Amino acid sequence: MTKVSMTVNGKAVSGEVEGRTLLSSFLREGLGMTGTHVGCDTSQCGACVVHVDGKPVKSCTVFASDVAGATVKTIEGMANADGSLSVLQQSFQDHHGLQCGFCTPGMVMSAAALLAENPRPTEHEVRHYLEGNICRCTGYHNIVKSVMAASGQDVSALAAE
Amino acid sequence: MHNFDFAKPSTIADAANALAGEGAQALSGGQTLIPTMKQRLAAPGVLVSLTGIAEMQGVCTGDGGLHIGAATSHAVVAKDAHPHYRALAELAGGIGDPAVRSRGTIGGSIANNDPAACYPSAVLASGATVVTNKRRIGSDDYFQGLFTTALEEGEFITSVVFPIPQKAAYVKFNQPASRFALTGVFVAKFANGVRVAVTGAGNDGVFRWKEAEAALSANFSASAISGLTVDPAGMNTDLHGSAAYRANLVKVLTGRAVTAAG
Repeated sequence: MTKVSMTVNGKAVSGEVEGRTLLSSFLREGLGMTGTHVGCDTSQCGACVVHVDGKPVKSCTVFASDVAGATVKTIEGMANADGSLSVLQQSFQDHHGLQCGFCTPGMVMSAAALLAENPRPTEHEVRHYLEGNICRCTGYHNIVKSVMAASGQDVSALAAE
Repeated sequence: MHNFDFAKPSTIADAANALAGEGAQALSGGQTLIPTMKQRLAAPGVLVSLTGIAEMQGVCTGDGGLHIGAATSHAVVAKDAHPHYRALAELAGGIGDPAVRSRGTIGGSIANNDPAACYPSAVLASGATVVTNKRRIGSDDYFQGLFTTALEEGEFITSVVFPIPQKAAYVKFNQPASRFALTGVFVAKFANGVRVAVTGAGNDGVFRWKEAEAALSANFSASAISGLTVDPAGMNTDLHGSAAYRANLVKVLTGRAVTAAG
């Protein structure tokens, strides 16, 4: 076991890990932050997406030791400082961008990464960017709508809820 | 996954020392290696991360063309190579998905030499030079078959140098579940001729389609290859596409790549 330290959602954290400890395991089991979900554990589904130094990564396919010292943001860090939902999270609620909710943490983190680099994406760009995030309820229309609305665009013409 | 000792050197020399040890394996972005280790298809005793070495990061122009550090992520190549070598940048921007592109690296892709990976086609079609901690290897000597390269024990890629062609394009027919290339073709036109490299199709990995190179060197237009055929012998067959289907895709995608290159 070795000690790793990193910044998670603005707080300095550290913990003992094995070489094989995945970032997803460190977050969930080491830090008790279970908002990051592990769906497939094969880097297909995207439920485990978090930001490492501002970039989206699949936390099930990164070793915790390899991101020692990094700045990590998870779904637990997405709300506003007063605890209210961020614009993107609120949009998922308003537009019913989730069904069972399992994929939602990854969807929100990927969508946040998209909006950071492309603040007003087209519907095609949203769908293309989210291709590494799978919703097995197949609720894609409303997820796309939520992201579009969060970017300040009129979504009344998009697929019906 | 079996446990291992983890090392993250900050210089090429330290990485070479670490990789000289018994049971040591290089780790780059891990987007292939980590899933492979989860399946216990690989169980290194020591994993040596190459992503903490500053001199193996980034894109710059220099002698021989565009130099890309082996540990540069697909996302960075997609962005930073674009002004210099657009076809290469677009290839990098089409690998996997955004989260995979944040971690996966050019060196990792080329070292693994997956027969359906995108990057080997760019390296081979560009006639790029693979630079390792020990030597420089021309692309025609580097790729040696399925998951097989000229890399020796303890040797690792530090950078790749791409001559910049006059015109180039990569066209990939996606395998929609994996987003690897069911077949992908990279066409690069240089002053002294055209090179065409095919990934995803051949059952021995990436290869050059030399008949098309000759035809396109004489006349760089999609019509120049209309009379050519690709022999299905030597093509992959799986549930996604037969050898004959892939052979046809090679020709169709080559034509599209030539048109896209302009």
